[in-house]
Amino acid sequence: MESSVLCSEVLPGGATWSHVLKRGTALRITDVEGGANVAAYFLNFELPAERFNLPDTLKAQHTARLTRGHVLYSDMGRILCSITEDTVGWHDPLAGLSNASLTEKKYGKAAYQQARNDWHQNARDSMSIELGKYGLGARDLDATVNFFSKVTVDNEGGMHYCPNNSQPGSYIELRAEMNVLVLLNCTQHPLEPGSSYAPKPVTLSISRVPAPRTDDPCRMLCGENARGFLLTEFYFL
Amino acid sequence: MATINLQISSLQPETALKSFVVDAGEAFVHEIGGGQIVRIVDLEGNQAVDTLFYNAHDYLDRYSAQDTIREQENIYLTTGTRLISTEGNVLLTIVADTCGRHDTLGGACAAESNMVRYAIEKRSMHACRQSFLKGIQSWKNGLEKRDITSNINFFMNVPVTPDGGLTFEDGVSEAGKYVELRAEMDVLMVISNCPQLNNPCNAYNPTPVQILIWNENVL
Repeated sequence: MESSVLCSEVLPGGATWSHVLKRGTALRITDVEGGANVAAYFLNFELPAERFNLPDTLKAQHTARLTRGHVLYSDMGRILCSITEDTVGWHDPLAGLSNASLTEKKYGKAAYQQARNDWHQNARDSMSIELGKYGLGARDLDATVNFFSKVTVDNEGGMHYCPNNSQPGSYIELRAEMNVLVLLNCTQHPLEPGSSYAPKPVTLSISRVPAPRTDDPCRMLCGENARGFLLTEFYFL
Repeated sequence: MATINLQISSLQPETALKSFVVDAGEAFVHEIGGGQIVRIVDLEGNQAVDTLFYNAHDYLDRYSAQDTIREQENIYLTTGTRLISTEGNVLLTIVADTCGRHDTLGGACAAESNMVRYAIEKRSMHACRQSFLKGIQSWKNGLEKRDITSNINFFMNVPVTPDGGLTFEDGVSEAGKYVELRAEMDVLMVISNCPQLNNPCNAYNPTPVQILIWNENVL
């Protein structure tokens, strides 16, 4: 399938990326070194009031983790992206974004003036800036997911960060089911216990992919997803 | 079975400054001043109360489910939970709770998500996000759809399992149970008293709730 790759690039640790991922293409995110974390958020590019809705995504698929076969729902009952490939098995939809105060508390202060390209970035501010480039902003930011990271929940509700979830070369592939504004930031997971600021890079590649067939594994996962694909297809009528 | 932590309030309903009954299917929007106490009473039992909170002086600074659960490293809300905003402020603190646990992962039902979850023809049924929109449109002051984000579901039970499963269970609440919050700053509260008839979050029978507000220093 390498021949279908349209473009690829490296996203350095701490960096932010956005792209309007077109229907009919897929984005592969690869954790080069292992231990990466990629905060991600999604909006309908044509109608940004329609955006990723985490509770709808979890409820429809009866899950508190994300992996191959799951889809990412908008608040309008439609599918933004499908997870068509995943070699990790568990991506975290619970813990949200790192922010400036959390980052300073964990890693200390490193302003651009002193640290230059090693300055400490955080996911919330980075997402807000990136949204600003499209005439949007923090107001358009709702719950996010953290690819390559794992947080389990015990019977008392306690949340536990699980280290070493993602091995070098692990990847996840997201197929766009509409034209989706995808925002990514690869700073560290907010629950990662370490005290050194060392965000990992990922590689990104975009491929042209066929439309989901009637027996597509994401569509077939559950009755909810069959209806979600149907509603997404209605949108293009 | 998870440990349930119950905390009874010393406040008496007779001393409340204000009292409202919100029927199922209705929106309720009200400002709570910093220091005031607000109690939500599940009058008839097993009623989900979908609730959003905002900094009353800056609606961009609003309740964040992910920041709240991450900061306390627990997905369930109960006595002692501090409701954290997107800007990292503590909007309110839960100070009493006779139910023991409340959900903030399940979100609010919508006409569109009902189509996904149950059947395409469910679109015409009433849903919380209809009420949220009605509530913020009647409140005016610039609130619009993009300000509707992750909410709290008081009295709702959405357990997550260690292997990453998520289910909607029968409520753990019953008639007369309540949750009480102290506003740590001036906040705007937007409630949809859930009309959902398709799942057990309201025991298939949506019922009214009561909102009581006490002034600060009532003790």
